[in-house]
Amino acid sequence: MDGAYEGKLPRPTPETLPFWQGAKAGKLMLPWCEDCGQPHFYPRAICPHCLSDRLDWRQASGRGKLHTYVINHRAAKGFTAPYVIAVVELAEGPRMLSNVVTEGEPTPDMLTIDMDLEVTFDPVTDDITLPRFRPAP
Amino acid sequence: MTGKLSRTCAIVGAAETDTIGKLPGMSRLAIHAQAAKNALADAGLSLQDVDGLFCAPAGPNELSEYLNIVPRYVDGTSVGGCSYMIFVRHAVAAIAAGYCDVALIVHGESGRSGIDMPGLDGPASPNGQFEQPFGTRGAPTTYSLPVLRHFHEYGTTKRQMSHVPAATREWAVLNPRAMMHDKGPITPEDVEASPLVCYPFNLLDCCLVADGGGALVITSAERARDMRQKPIHVLGTGEATAHRQVSMMRDFTTSDSTVLSGKAAFAEAGLDHADIDHLMLYDAFSFTPMLFLEDLGFVAKGEAGAFVSETRTGPDGKLVYKTGPGGDLPMNTNGGGLSYCHSGRYGMYALIEAVTQLRGDAGARQVEGIETSLVHGPGRQFAAAGTVILANA
Ligand SMILES: [Zn+2]
Repeated sequence: MDGAYEGKLPRPTPETLPFWQGAKAGKLMLPWCEDCGQPHFYPRAICPHCLSDRLDWRQASGRGKLHTYVINHRAAKGFTAPYVIAVVELAEGPRMLSNVVTEGEPTPDMLTIDMDLEVTFDPVTDDITLPRFRPAP
Repeated sequence: MTGKLSRTCAIVGAAETDTIGKLPGMSRLAIHAQAAKNALADAGLSLQDVDGLFCAPAGPNELSEYLNIVPRYVDGTSVGGCSYMIFVRHAVAAIAAGYCDVALIVHGESGRSGIDMPGLDGPASPNGQFEQPFGTRGAPTTYSLPVLRHFHEYGTTKRQMSHVPAATREWAVLNPRAMMHDKGPITPEDVEASPLVCYPFNLLDCCLVADGGGALVITSAERARDMRQKPIHVLGTGEATAHRQVSMMRDFTTSDSTVLSGKAAFAEAGLDHADIDHLMLYDAFSFTPMLFLEDLGFVAKGEAGAFVSETRTGPDGKLVYKTGPGGDLPMNTNGGGLSYCHSGRYGMYALIEAVTQLRGDAGARQVEGIETSLVHGPGRQFAAAGTVILANA
């Protein structure tokens, strides 16, 4: 697959590496604070709620809701327009930017704000797997 | 009650590059330099008078080198399009502290021609890891994200939003320098019939892409009394930054930084909303100034859609938009980022238009009887914010 994928790729940093390793293994991992008990996203080296550095990586449920979205008609490299860019509110609380994968071309009537979503893993290269979402059954 | 720095400083020079739009013969730094030269000429000052340098996207080190000056105060705050509103605030503080006497605030971008422009955040940055890999492509794909959440929570509609580009174009038709001056008026229906860029935005919901620059000269109110231009007083300012990426908005229907920045500016100026005669609310997209009308308190939360879409028929039978020529609240009177010019960090053009209106130099688009103007802008996508309240008396 390497060489074929033309989209922008993340370059993991020490504090984000467990997230990307998890995605590669088909797991949506979130850092949880062992002091205040809250998860956060995107992954930091310290908890953005209490500045604790006692963080524990745990697997998230992979469920979430469509908090807001757009349908992009002018594709970024590696994408085919139209496609959905969305903010997903995870069941655990934090929100993340991702894509919603639909069957057929996305239209506003197939996407409802707050609809249930579930994660799906897209291995775009040998190293990087992107967590995207699809409507939950 | 006003803040202790209110009215201590005034804008005494304001100018743009000779032309805006397409400048294929000018680099980013050349645009900065011409803007600086024009603003100093407007103020009747020379480069040797400048002892405070505030600039972006050029850093103060590269611009001091390019202009061959050694300012004793430097500020390179670079938080996006509102950096220039924030510079006004910082200049007031620096002058009050005695750290400089003449502040030169400079903006310049080769936003269309792309000559020596900085690139995206790198692949290891939070944005490079957690937004770009999901197909974001420029501001239309990120500024658009809060819109449908606002529609969902408050019943705001696309038709309401489409009134913003239409009202703003009315001003551009009156401004011969506006890039869309010759294109004529547009209707909300025209906005919706233009090509889809990133739903819910069509092409006419999006700002222009241009080259251009501008600069301001600020000095103490005392020194301003004897200068060439009628001084435009700085009554109140505000600033804040809340995040970097649009996906990190805490509430997608509110800009936290706008709320904080607006409150600070009103409190320092000692004014209320009814005291503001003229608004420059950075319109990167049709929706952008709607959110600011709410977050600055000009309308209640959720009511911007109803506000901007209210129209009446003028004495000549023409439609009058709420924020257009003849409307109750004149807004973005140069034609805005939507129809005047947008080089990437539009804040400087909004400030210059407020100064032009307050000086009474706006020609066919002059707002009659204007005494005050509020200028507000975002940095990145509702991430940072800066507010400036100005007056001509
Ligand atoms: Zn914590």
